[in-house]
Amino acid sequence: MRPSVQEMIARSNGKKNKKVIEKIMPVLLFLIASVSVLTSVGIVVTLIVETITFFTRVPFFDFIFGTTWLPFSNKDAQFGILPLIVGTLKVTLIATVVAVPIGISAAIYLSEYASENVRRILKPILEVLAGVPTIVYGFFALTFVTPVLQSVFPEIKIFNAISPGIVVGIMIIPMIASLSEDAMSSVPKSIREGALAMGSTKFEVAWKITLPAALSGIIASVVLAVSRAIGETMIVSLAAGSTPRFDGDFTGSIQTMTAYIVQVSKGDAGYGTTIYYSIYAVGFTLFVFTMLMNILAGYVSKRFREEY
Amino acid sequence: MTTIITEKPRIDTPTQKSVKKAVYETNQLNLWYGTNHALKNIDLEIKENEVTAIIGPSGCGKSTYLKTLNRMVELVPSVKTSGEILYRGRNIFDHDYGVEELRTRVGMVFQKPNPFPKSIYDNIAYGPRIHGIKNKKILDEIVEKSLRGAAIWDEVKDRLNENAYSVSGGQQQRICIARALAIEPDVILMDEPTSALDPISTLKVEELVQELKKDYSIIIVTHNMQQAARISDKTAFFLNGEVIEFNQTDTIFSNPADKRTEDYISGRFG
Amino acid sequence: MRYIEQQAVVKRMNGRLIANSIFKYLFLAATLVALVALVILLYRIVSQGMGHLSIEFLTNFASRFPEKAGIKAALVGSLWLMLVVAPTSIILGVGSAIYLEEYAKQNRITTFIRMNISNLAGVPSVVFGLLGLTIFVRALALGNSVLAAGFTMSLLILPVIVVSSQEAIRSVPRELRDASFGMGATKWQTIIKIILPAAIPGILTGSILALSRAIGETAPLIVIGVPVIIQFLPAGVMDTFTALPMQIYDWSSRPQQEFQTVAAAGIMVLMAVLLFMNSIAVIIRNKFDKRY
Repeated sequence: MRPSVQEMIARSNGKKNKKVIEKIMPVLLFLIASVSVLTSVGIVVTLIVETITFFTRVPFFDFIFGTTWLPFSNKDAQFGILPLIVGTLKVTLIATVVAVPIGISAAIYLSEYASENVRRILKPILEVLAGVPTIVYGFFALTFVTPVLQSVFPEIKIFNAISPGIVVGIMIIPMIASLSEDAMSSVPKSIREGALAMGSTKFEVAWKITLPAALSGIIASVVLAVSRAIGETMIVSLAAGSTPRFDGDFTGSIQTMTAYIVQVSKGDAGYGTTIYYSIYAVGFTLFVFTMLMNILAGYVSKRFREEY
Repeated sequence: MTTIITEKPRIDTPTQKSVKKAVYETNQLNLWYGTNHALKNIDLEIKENEVTAIIGPSGCGKSTYLKTLNRMVELVPSVKTSGEILYRGRNIFDHDYGVEELRTRVGMVFQKPNPFPKSIYDNIAYGPRIHGIKNKKILDEIVEKSLRGAAIWDEVKDRLNENAYSVSGGQQQRICIARALAIEPDVILMDEPTSALDPISTLKVEELVQELKKDYSIIIVTHNMQQAARISDKTAFFLNGEVIEFNQTDTIFSNPADKRTEDYISGRFG
Repeated sequence: MRYIEQQAVVKRMNGRLIANSIFKYLFLAATLVALVALVILLYRIVSQGMGHLSIEFLTNFASRFPEKAGIKAALVGSLWLMLVVAPTSIILGVGSAIYLEEYAKQNRITTFIRMNISNLAGVPSVVFGLLGLTIFVRALALGNSVLAAGFTMSLLILPVIVVSSQEAIRSVPRELRDASFGMGATKWQTIIKIILPAAIPGILTGSILALSRAIGETAPLIVIGVPVIIQFLPAGVMDTFTALPMQIYDWSSRPQQEFQTVAAAGIMVLMAVLLFMNSIAVIIRNKFDKRY
């Protein structure tokens, strides 16, 4: 006679391996989850160890306060990072000026004005824009934006801070727009209706109710986007040039921290040279910059979150 | 069967004989959500300085009708209307009638309290501010007057700068009423204003409605029949998008003309 | 006494309505900037690269002569890279997501892991390159092989896969879990038989989008020393290789005008690959959308 279902279940439950799996899987999955922690540890340790080696050859203060970055000179190599930081900030500044107003305006339009149909068209476009590889943006900056700028302002050189700045800005627009839109959309509909029912125009609702209520999320999105701009590599490598400069000129060739790392990596600097270690010191500086921005973004969105 | 009516704790009787002007005249109003015919040939006349209750089972169109009165219903895409609603003699569906202007005259209180995520003061001052009042002293006066009008001044006067979400739900709802009062509307629409409140807060809001009647015309949607009986002068009974009966509240509850009204108020359905 | 004068309100109304319309169109215009930028970008690339796109371009190796330059090595190299990245990153990402959503207790370690993942997502890709260079290329002596690059890229996109998988797992209705537990199923059985199958569309969509990011990333490859001019195809994961974005970078940075067209043609190939991957993601998303 066929054993009852309950008997069969009892028999299979008695088997060893089922219990073993229940015990092993959580441990295994925990180990997998710790890979991300190991990655972070790996990044920090790698950067610190190699940077320390770098500082045995270049004094710490010369590095962070030095205003000359001249690594390839045979006789008189100098490693003052400020020119690279200034280069990075130039590009970031332009990108922010381009992306913040456009990104936030787009977020307001999408969350406050656009009908469901319009949103269904516009949001995928933003997603596509966000998915374009940065190398493509770099090519666009070099072969289109720069020539267009030059035709209007002849003083702009082939490599400059403005063109990659604008294109980095275009690159981070989707990020600001979609994160800000999320923040604004999470403001409850009932609050908007409350304002509309008092005779507010849509603009007044957006400007005086939704925007202030979502401000923490919007600021966080901007900070994250700025962090992305600081770490952006390919656009600046292709279009910004490779001239580390400590000045306020935007029209000529500059070099950013990321572009320097690429320049050295491409040139195959010998392992163990000061130049080799310098990319870690620059990478570490870059890492600190972006990390601070990310922490700031997290703090802003937590600390100033509105309750409703 | 008619227990509600016999024990009705009615305080004041409506002044039936006095001549009151009409605030709203609704003529042959039809409304569709897409293909769903939500309001059918509505004819209603709402007088000033009265409390008009709208009752009916869920989905009967009572909230829809209320939201049509200040055109909030148009926030739902695919809404179509026909017929007319005259507010103070002017059709609110006229092309040159701005919704903002209409809503400035017609305040609204919602089902769930929906204060803005701002301070209590800024909540009340929001309306006057968007309508161009910037003077701090006048704003202070408006805020106090509105909060007093909503019977919540004493509870919040020392915490005007706190976030409006820091007070209880019942207080939030009265803040929302104060917010509506701050622009000195002509009519106040209330969409089940006590459905999210506890009994004590409900009582306070009901008392408030009685008080506000002196200065405002109030239209209140409620699914609580006792509430309608307690606070309203006139009652309209909606069913499946139609007005089944509209009359003095006393008449509706003691001597309904329509069988369906009687069935509903006696609790046979809904 | 009345504070609000209806006359004044009506008078101001016009100005407010005008402001409303002006800003509406301003906001719309800003949104359209994104659209216009995309259109110009695509138009430029297609108009430049179209002429160079041909079967030979796909089947030729790189060359000093622009007219002979082809993308075969890069295209095949990118596919090899995906062969490493896809399994590595999906196993790590989905495993982490399952742990965080189903097993992790609410304690400090879990909070730390979560925080760590969100921070990792903000690390610039070029820094991942430095990690790969030190750990995989040098310490583990993998050289500039497919494997070293693949591992580096896997870590780079790991946070994206973890987060999207977490969301997918979280959106599996509670009732399904309860029903499974209610029949006496163990936790792992419930995960593998109920939760994962229900979450798989979301996981796949997120993973494909993450992989398409990996296929377009250039900076980490440059840092770990992936070469450009390669006249052979990799035969295994330990071989050196080149990838689409590397090849495009090389062509773009050459001064000769002719190579710009070659670069544009290369971008078209890269974008076609991305388009293909994204359409698969969209199809999966639409097909399984709103099942509950």
